[in-house]
Amino acid sequence: MNSKRFKTLKELEAYRSSLHEFYDFEHLVSVSAASCGRASGALKIASEFEKLLKEYKLTGRVILKLTGCHGFCQFEPDIIIFPEKYFYPNLKPEQIPMIVKETLLGGRMVEELAFKDELTGQLCLTVDDLPFYRKQFRRLTHIHLKLDPSSLDDYLHDNGFKAAATVLGGAGPGEVINLISASNLRGRGGAGFPTGLKWRLSREVKADKKYIICNGDEGDPGAYMDRGLLESNPFSVIEGLIIGGYAVGAEKGFVYVRQEYPLAIERIQQAIEKSRAAGFVGKDILGSGFSFDLELVRGAGAFISGEETALVASVEGRRAFPVQRPPFPVVSGLWGKPTVINNVETWANVPLIILNGPVWFSKVGTEKSKGTKIFSLVGQVRYTGLVEVPFGITLDEVINQVGGGLKEGRKFKAVQTGGPSGGCLPASLLNLPVDYESLNQAGSIMGSGGMIVMDESTCLVDLALYFLNFASQESCGKCAPCRLGTRQMVRILKKISNGEGELSDLGRLEKLGWTMQKGSLCGLGRTAANPVLSALRYFRSEFESHIVDKTCPAMVCQKLIAYEIDPERCSGCLACVEACPYGAISQESGNFPVINKELCGGCGICFSVCPAQFSAIKKVSRKGLIMEEKKLEGISR
Amino acid sequence: MSDQVSQAEKLLKTFPAEKSHLIHFLHLVQQELGFIPEGILPRAARHFSVSPSEIFGVVTFYSAFKLAPGCAHEIIVCKGTACHVRGAEAIISEFSRLLGIKPGEENTEKSVSLKSVNCLGCCAIGPVAVVDGEYQAKVDLKWVRSFVAEHLEKDDEQ
Repeated sequence: MNSKRFKTLKELEAYRSSLHEFYDFEHLVSVSAASCGRASGALKIASEFEKLLKEYKLTGRVILKLTGCHGFCQFEPDIIIFPEKYFYPNLKPEQIPMIVKETLLGGRMVEELAFKDELTGQLCLTVDDLPFYRKQFRRLTHIHLKLDPSSLDDYLHDNGFKAAATVLGGAGPGEVINLISASNLRGRGGAGFPTGLKWRLSREVKADKKYIICNGDEGDPGAYMDRGLLESNPFSVIEGLIIGGYAVGAEKGFVYVRQEYPLAIERIQQAIEKSRAAGFVGKDILGSGFSFDLELVRGAGAFISGEETALVASVEGRRAFPVQRPPFPVVSGLWGKPTVINNVETWANVPLIILNGPVWFSKVGTEKSKGTKIFSLVGQVRYTGLVEVPFGITLDEVINQVGGGLKEGRKFKAVQTGGPSGGCLPASLLNLPVDYESLNQAGSIMGSGGMIVMDESTCLVDLALYFLNFASQESCGKCAPCRLGTRQMVRILKKISNGEGELSDLGRLEKLGWTMQKGSLCGLGRTAANPVLSALRYFRSEFESHIVDKTCPAMVCQKLIAYEIDPERCSGCLACVEACPYGAISQESGNFPVINKELCGGCGICFSVCPAQFSAIKKVSRKGLIMEEKKLEGISR
Repeated sequence: MSDQVSQAEKLLKTFPAEKSHLIHFLHLVQQELGFIPEGILPRAARHFSVSPSEIFGVVTFYSAFKLAPGCAHEIIVCKGTACHVRGAEAIISEFSRLLGIKPGEENTEKSVSLKSVNCLGCCAIGPVAVVDGEYQAKVDLKWVRSFVAEHLEKDDEQ
């Protein structure tokens, strides 16, 4: 374990080469133990391994590691055993003894525990066999499979801090900025501003103090790339910041992480302390004369903090209120000083560009969007997780090849990118290449990397309402277009969702959206209408169904649907009778239960408790029921 | 001066008198005491050289801060987009129904609070809930019910 403070480049390199002998092992058991892995029981798996390694006297020969996120979050807890790269998904503690005996002692894969591809039925023994991994291009994240994020040694062993050392050891700040510019790296937080240009603008401003910030206020619901990076490889972000600080001439940096990510906060805090102890952060780094300090700032639960001027306010200890730009933070940011703000993933790319060169970096990607991007591929797709793909890959390839398409029996409806600032794209646009410009043109945005796949069971009116609810709750209230616009949109969308909308409401929504785009102060307000506008652009007929036919085609909007029990399928288990919060389901002796539509509140709990093998509860359009009731009334009269 | 205010004041003294430490200070107080006692706000305002109204503004602007003590148990349900399309609303309404409280409210009798949060970033394993700090993956209504039943039983025994 390193407890050394490196004073020169030479000391660092000597230490690095001495590390190799510690990485001599028979097997490495890598347990995916980021937040999502832990939620699925990764720590229990790890402690079972620990116990058994002792029992079988394998300690020393086999290394057990708690890594960050392996990316295949859906099948956690998972482990990978190196050097064979055997992949064991969805483990239970009672399966560990078998793995220890067969794989660690016998060198064989336990095939019955191997991953079986749902599409082809093929057994995938190693990580490389998995279609989910095979179709990715993991530049940033490949190391997440075996790096212990709490170990500086691990990072150093993987050429950690080599880029920073190289830069500090010889390259001038201008040269560093040239390299980043030449790579065409663009901001990964969503807007895609060229990173090199941002740095240059800040470099050129004359000021006694300059700052840099790592924006880890990843607020987009449905996106967790930054959490993945901070929990899996925090040192790489720190190294990026050191290089950035040197390039723009900042002596102080801040890492801002949202408080909803306790493990990410713990990991980055620990990494900052270790980097400081080893002399990578602090005074006179590696004898270069360059000093740079880093501080962690915890967010406090406000989505708007991710907007750069609001972020500045929050770091200064104020309410996260955005201000008019220009001046941009690169000119006047923290305490009025030039401040470069980049997203976590952008910072993590920096050391790779320095180490491998801009030509290597821009080898993949499209003309205007270079490199790779991490997406959180989630929703109703077969395989969910964090995926890293080159720019220019089509949505179809991400969803159907990496993600394995939709779950069995489900049909693709839309994919949502860019979170509350983005939009929903229909099946006809699946061939769209994933890059900043293409997504913008289609009415969505790249955003930070959320990619939420939706099937026919998602209602676009409901989803638009969901995002506008989000935006109206998170609007800081400073400017009228956003504060009032989001609320008005929520009101109109609620009306439509309840079947009380009018066709003229659609025009109203568009007009409001246009006003918000043009008149809002910051990015939140300017983009808040995107989910509605894109839904109206591609799924207008669904809105019209709600308004004209009073039906929700996806059977989601509560006021427009009702439930019925199919007596042919009902087994009479009475799970629904017990579960109904409204007491609306009753069973006359000897008969199957019946839902009393007058008492039914439309919550759908009966639908979800009905055992899957019976699926006796059907969603039906309430409109039909209302019509029927009216007809019956007419007859009885 | 209540105990809690004096405890918070002790913490306050360890902080440099710069405004940029304000949010960090508030986090720490809440971490130690479970909430931020209102009595500390004027003192903190003096310490950080800001007006009491500004500090009150900060505390109430950020959703992470609480001005009243919380319950012994805290249930948080994620309603991020991925959880939403996988049925998080049903999870929230079932908790609501069983505990007799809306999200954001507390059931003081059972000393449990229910909260929804915009995204916990565990999107691949949604819907996600956090109970007393412990993450629960792929929760469903069955789990909600058995959890509440267990929780209630335990309380009855006590």
